[in-house]
Amino acid sequence: MTMAPEETETEVPEGHVKLIVDGEEVIAPKGELLIRTAERLGTVIPRFCDHPLLDPAGACRQCLVEVEMGGRPMPKPQASCTMTVADGMVVKTQRTSPVADKAQQGVMELLLINHPLDCPVCDKGGECPLQNQAMAHGRASSRFVDTKRTFPKPLPISSQVLLDRERCVLCQRCTRFSAQIAGDPFIELLERGVHQQVGTAETAAVFSGTPAPEPSDMASKTSSGAPFQSYFSGNTIQICPVGALTSAAYRFRSRPFDLVSSPSVCEHCSSGCAERTDFRRGKVMRRLAGDDPDVNEEWICDKGRFAFRYAAASDRIRKPLVRDAKTGELVETSWTEALRVAADALSKARDARGAAVLTGGRLTVEDAYAYSKFARIALRTNDIDFRARAHSAEELDFLAGVVGTTPDHVSFAAIERAPTVLCVAIEPEDEAPIVFLRLRKAALKHSTKVVHVGQWTTSSVRKTNGELLACEPGGEAAALDGIAQHAKDLDAGLAEAGAVILLGERAAEVVGLFSAVQRLAERTGAKVAWIPRRAGERGALEAGAAPTLLPGGAAVSDADARAALESAWRLDAGVLPSSPGRDTTGILWAAATGDLDALVVGGIDPDDLPDPALARKALAAAGFVLSMEMRPSAVTEHADVVLPIATVDEKSGRFLNWEGRPRPFTVTLEGTNALPDCRVLDTLAVEMDADLFTQTPQASFADFERAVSAGRSVVRETNGSGTAEHSRPHAGESNGNGKLKLATWRQLIDEGSLQAGEPHLAGTARTAVVRLSAATARDHGIEPGEHATVSTERGELTLPAEIADLPDGVVWVPARSPVSIRTALGVGHGGAVSLSGGTA
Amino acid sequence: MSTADPVTPVLTKRWLSPNSWRLSVYEQLEGYTAVKKALSKPPEQIVALVKDAGLRGRGGAGFPAGVKWSFMPQNEEKRHYLVINADEGEPGTCKDIPLMMADPHSLIEGCVIAAYAMRSHHCFIYVRGEVLHCIRRLHAAVREAYDAGYLGKDILGSGFDLDITVHAGAGAYICGEETALLDSLEGRRGQPRLKPPFPAAAGLYAAPTTVNNVETIATVPFIVNGGSDWFREMGTEKSPGPKIFSISGHVERPGQYEAPLGTTLRELLELAGGMKDGVPLKFWTPGGSSTPMFTAEHLDVPLDFEGAAEAGSMLGTTAVMVFNETVSVPWAVMKWTQFYEHESCGKCTPCREGTYWLAQVLERMVEGKGTEEDIDTLLDVCDNILGRSFCALGDGAVSPITSGIQYFRDEFLALCETNKSKQSESALVGAQA
Ligand SMILES: Cc1cc2nc3c(=O)[nH]c(=O)nc-3n(C[C@H](O)[C@H](O)[C@H](O)COP(=O)(O)O)c2cc1C
Ligand code: SF4
Ligand code: SF4
Ligand code: SF4
Ligand code: FES
Repeated sequence: MTMAPEETETEVPEGHVKLIVDGEEVIAPKGELLIRTAERLGTVIPRFCDHPLLDPAGACRQCLVEVEMGGRPMPKPQASCTMTVADGMVVKTQRTSPVADKAQQGVMELLLINHPLDCPVCDKGGECPLQNQAMAHGRASSRFVDTKRTFPKPLPISSQVLLDRERCVLCQRCTRFSAQIAGDPFIELLERGVHQQVGTAETAAVFSGTPAPEPSDMASKTSSGAPFQSYFSGNTIQICPVGALTSAAYRFRSRPFDLVSSPSVCEHCSSGCAERTDFRRGKVMRRLAGDDPDVNEEWICDKGRFAFRYAAASDRIRKPLVRDAKTGELVETSWTEALRVAADALSKARDARGAAVLTGGRLTVEDAYAYSKFARIALRTNDIDFRARAHSAEELDFLAGVVGTTPDHVSFAAIERAPTVLCVAIEPEDEAPIVFLRLRKAALKHSTKVVHVGQWTTSSVRKTNGELLACEPGGEAAALDGIAQHAKDLDAGLAEAGAVILLGERAAEVVGLFSAVQRLAERTGAKVAWIPRRAGERGALEAGAAPTLLPGGAAVSDADARAALESAWRLDAGVLPSSPGRDTTGILWAAATGDLDALVVGGIDPDDLPDPALARKALAAAGFVLSMEMRPSAVTEHADVVLPIATVDEKSGRFLNWEGRPRPFTVTLEGTNALPDCRVLDTLAVEMDADLFTQTPQASFADFERAVSAGRSVVRETNGSGTAEHSRPHAGESNGNGKLKLATWRQLIDEGSLQAGEPHLAGTARTAVVRLSAATARDHGIEPGEHATVSTERGELTLPAEIADLPDGVVWVPARSPVSIRTALGVGHGGAVSLSGGTA
Repeated sequence: MSTADPVTPVLTKRWLSPNSWRLSVYEQLEGYTAVKKALSKPPEQIVALVKDAGLRGRGGAGFPAGVKWSFMPQNEEKRHYLVINADEGEPGTCKDIPLMMADPHSLIEGCVIAAYAMRSHHCFIYVRGEVLHCIRRLHAAVREAYDAGYLGKDILGSGFDLDITVHAGAGAYICGEETALLDSLEGRRGQPRLKPPFPAAAGLYAAPTTVNNVETIATVPFIVNGGSDWFREMGTEKSPGPKIFSISGHVERPGQYEAPLGTTLRELLELAGGMKDGVPLKFWTPGGSSTPMFTAEHLDVPLDFEGAAEAGSMLGTTAVMVFNETVSVPWAVMKWTQFYEHESCGKCTPCREGTYWLAQVLERMVEGKGTEEDIDTLLDVCDNILGRSFCALGDGAVSPITSGIQYFRDEFLALCETNKSKQSESALVGAQA
C-alpha cells in the first residue's frame, strides 16, 4: 500500500459523492434523494407525497430542508424528496435548521386547516402518517378559525375502494401508483386549487351537486367512459398517508392498536407475495402487502389482499364427517371414528383395485409432501396428481426439468433485467399479478421488450408496452416454430443474454407447445420459467405429488432413485410402486369405470377439471371418497368421509413460488385446533400401519428434505421422467364439433372458492364477455354489446359480445363466467365451438 | 438611462396603420425583411446576436433569451419545439394580445427566426382561450404567411421548414407557467412540472423545447434588422431594449405605452396624461399583481429588472396598475388574493391551502370582522408560502399582502378597530340578555 497524501480525506468511491448533512459528513451514491440520505443517518424528514417506489412529485412540500451548494445557500428551502445529492452539498434538516423546521411546521399547519377532525372514527387513526407527523412536526393548536372546505363522503370509487375527499392531502400517491405501477385508468386528480380532488368522472359530478348516482354505477366508469378496472386498487389504500382511501371490507372494523400483526404469505397465486395479516380475537381483519424487494416489492393484488374471508365462513367444517349409511347424510363424528372408517375403506380399496390421490394445487410443500408419501406408502400407488386443471403427459415431462430450479434460474429480478421477455400461453395480469407488475416495470423503466403469444391485445399486452404475436388458440406451438423465420427481431432478442420465456398453465392445453418452447430455448439460449397459476403447484411438483415423479423430481421408474428413497424412508427394499401412475384424468376415468375403488381428494373444484362431468361421475362411482376440506363443496357432496383441515392462517408451512423460492410462514391464528393436511394424513397413515413422519409441518419438511437429498445422491436418468405414454381416455372429453376455435383462460377475480364471502372484491371483477373480431361478429350477425351464444354439442354459454383484435374465426370466453366453460361446453382452450347471435 | 427618445416606437410602430395586421401592410412596413437575413446565416449566429443584444424574456422572469436558446441541443436527434407563451394571464397585463391583434406577423416572423436559430420545425402558439378575436386573427395571419411562403416547407428557398400551430388554452392563469403550459398543450390538466428536467432537455412530448413570451419573440426581427448595438441604445446596461408598458387604472389615458426599459412611473404618467381627474396616486404595481406594490415614494424608480428589484419589487410583465386615493388597500389586496385562490392549481400544499386561508381572513377583515392578530397570521402564512411553494404562483400570491401590509398597515389596523368596538358592543348586548 502506498501512502495516501492526505490521510484525513475520506475516500469517495466511484459513483458516489460526499456531502454534509446536519454537520455530519456522509458518502452517498449519486442520484440518491436527500430524504433517503438523511434517513440513512437516522433523521426522518416528514413527508407525504414521497414514496420510494414512485417517481418524485414534490407536491406536498412537507420535506423542506435548507441546502447550500458550492458555498452558497440556496435562496429557498428545497424539497428533499426531489433533490439528489451532490458533491460538496451542505444540507440542514429540521434538526439543525430553524428555517427548515419552520417551513415544515408551516406546511403541516396548512395541511391541517382543511382536514376534518375525523381521527376518532377514521380507519387510519393510530397508524396515520398525518397524525404521527403532526404530533412530531406540527403546532399544538391551529390559528385557523374560518370555514373548512367540506365534501360529501365517502364516495365509492369502486365496490371495494371508498374515497373521503375531506381527509385527502392530495399527495398523488394513489394516482401515481395507478398511472406508474398498475397502469390502470383508475383515479385521477380533478378540479383545481382547494377544490382539487381525487376522483373518477362520476365523483366530479357529485361534487358539482348533481344527485349522487348509485354507487354501483359510479364505480363502473372512468373519465374515459371505459369500465373502471384495477386488480391492484388495494395498494392505494395502503399507501394513502391518511384515511382518505378505505376499503369497504375493512372500514370501521377495527382499530390498528387492537390488532395483532403476523407476517404471512399469500395463498392465491404462484407469485408468493409477502403479506402481513392483522387479526383480532382469533379473526383475520385484514391483509396488507409485506415488503419483499425480491418478490412483490411493496405491492399485492386485490385478490391477495381481500380474499381471505372464506376461512371465517360460517359453513366451515370443524369436525370430521362420516356419511350415515341409512340416511345418506354426512354426520359429525369423532376423529377416532372418522379416521377408522377412512383407514378401513382405504386399506380395503388399496388391496383391491386401488386408491388414488388428487391433491389440488393449493397445498404447502409440507402438506403436498404428506400426500405424496401417503400415496406411495399407505396406498402403495403412484396414482397421484396435483394438477386440478387441464394437463398433459407432455407437461409432466417438461415439469421433470423444472423440479429443483431456484431463483438463480429465472427470478423476478431477472424479468426486470431481461432485454426480451416472451410470454407464452399466459395472461400475467390475471394469472400472476406480481409477475405482471414486474413485466410492466421492466418495460417502463428498462425498456424491456415484452412479446405475448396469444389471441388478442389484452390489458397485459397493452400495459407492458407489449407486442402481440397473434395465433389461433392451439396454434401457439406453430407460432413459436415460426419465430426464426417470421419474427427475426424477436429471435435475435431471445438470443441476447438474459432473455426469458414465461410459460403459463394453459400451455398444457396446446399439443406440442412444451417441446416447441424447449426447441426455441435451446436454439436461442433464452431461459424458460414455468409460472403456474396456483400457489401450491410448484411445491407439489417438488414434493412428488405427481404420477411420474418422486419427491425431489426423480422418475418413479428410476430403480436407483426408488431405492434411495426407500432407505431414506426406512422402508423395505422394493416396496415403492415402480410403474408410473395415472394422471388426474386417468385417475378420474379409472374411478368412473370401476378401475379404482377409492379417491383421496384435497381442495378441488370439479368445475376446474378438464372434464367436470367425468369428475362428477368418478366421485359418484368411486366406492369410497375421502375429502379433505375446509368447506362444503362438490367433492364433499360425494364424500364418504370428510376430514376438516386448517387454512393458511391456522397453520405454518411454506409455498414455493414460481421462481422456486421458499415462502415460509408461521401460524397466524393460534389455538384453533384446526389440523394441517400433513398432520391428518400422518394420523390416517398410522391407522393404516404406515408412518409418514409428517405430524407437524416442521417434521414434514425435515422428512421432505431427507427424501430430496436421498434422490439427489443418485444420478438422475437424463432422458425426461420416463413416463410411459398414458393411454389417455378421451371419450369423456369433447373437442367440440363447431367451426370456430375457442380461446379461454381464467381471470384473476372470478368464482374461485377461495374468493367466497367477499362481495366487494367480487364487484371489481372484469365483466364476462364473449370477445371476437369484427368480421367474425359480422359473419354471425352479432352486434357488439348484444348477446352472443357459444355452443358445443355439450351445451351453450351466452354472454355480451365485445369486439377485439382476435384472429377471425376465434372466440374468447373467460374460463369462469361464472359458469365453468368446461362444464358448460366440455371444451377448453383450442376447442371447436359454434357461435350464434342472441340467446340461441 | 438611455438617450433614445422614450416615445420612438419599435414594437408598436405599425399598430396605428390601417389594416396593420394584414400581410401586405406588414410587408410594406419592413415586414419579413429580417427573416430573409436570418435564414442566410448559420443558426448559431442568430443565437449569438440575441445574446449580444441582451434581450431578456418579456414574460415576467426576465431570463436572457439568447442564453435560453443556447440550452437547446445542437443536434436534432429528437424534434425540437418552440412554444410561444401567449397566455397573458397576469392581472393588469395586456400587451401580448394587443400586439397579436395589431401586428401578428411580427410574432410570426419572430417565430420563424427563433425556430431557425433553435433548429425547430414546429412552433406552437398557446393563446389564452378567452380571447377568441385574437385567436381568429392569429389563424388568419398564419394562413397568410403559409400562402406567401413564410411558413411551411423550404421557406423562401432556404431549405428551412416550419409549421406553426395556434392552440387555444382553456382559461387558467397557471397555464401561463411554462411547464404547466406544456402539460396543457399535451392535453393534460395544467399543473407545473417537476424540474429538472428543464424544457430544453425534455419539454413538449419530452422533446427539447423553448418557451418564450410573445413580446420576447416579436422583438427578435427588430434585433436582426437593427443589430445588437442599436438595440442596446435603448434601455439600460442589464435591461436593454424597448418594452411595452400596460398602464391601467386611474390615469387619464390608460393603454399600451412603449418606452425603453428604465423609464420611471413619473415619465409614464406623463405619457398617459397624468392621474385621472388629478386625484393623487396611492399605490401601483410595476408589473402585475404578483409584483409587490409601490407607492408614490417610488415614482422615480427606474423600471428595469434591476431598478424594480432594488426598490423591493419586480419588473414582472410591466403591467402598471395605478390606484388613486379612493381605493382601499385591504380591499384591493383581498380581490387579488381571491384571484390567486381561484387560480391556484392545487398541486402543492402552501399555495393551495394558503391562498384559501388568506382569502378568508382578508374577506373577514374587509367585512370588519378582523382582529389585530389576523395581521400577524396573514404575514406568517405568507412567510410559509413564499419560497415554499412548488411554483412561482404561490410566491406571487403573497406579494400584494406583504407589500400592502408593509406600506398600509394602518389601513388594515383600522378595519380591526371597527371590529373591536363592535365586539365590545355585542358583548354588552350579550350581558344584558
Ligand atoms: C403563475 C405564472 C403565470 C405565468 N403566466 C405567463 C403568461 O401568461 N405569459 C408569459 O409569457 N409568461 C408567463 N409566465 C412566465 C413563464 O413561466 C415563462 O417564464 C415565460 O413564458 C418565459 O418566456 P420569456 O423568457 O420570453 O419571458 C408565468 C409564470 C407563472 C409562474
Ligand atoms: S387519496 Fe390518499 S393517496 Fe390519494 S392523493 Fe389523497 S391522500 Fe394521497
Ligand atoms: S399476486 Fe399472487 S401471491 Fe401476490 S397477492 Fe396476488 S394472488 Fe397473492
Ligand atoms: S404554487 Fe403550487 S398550487 Fe400554486 S399554482 Fe404553483 S404548483 Fe400549483
Ligand atoms: S414529501 Fe417532499 S414534497 Fe412531498
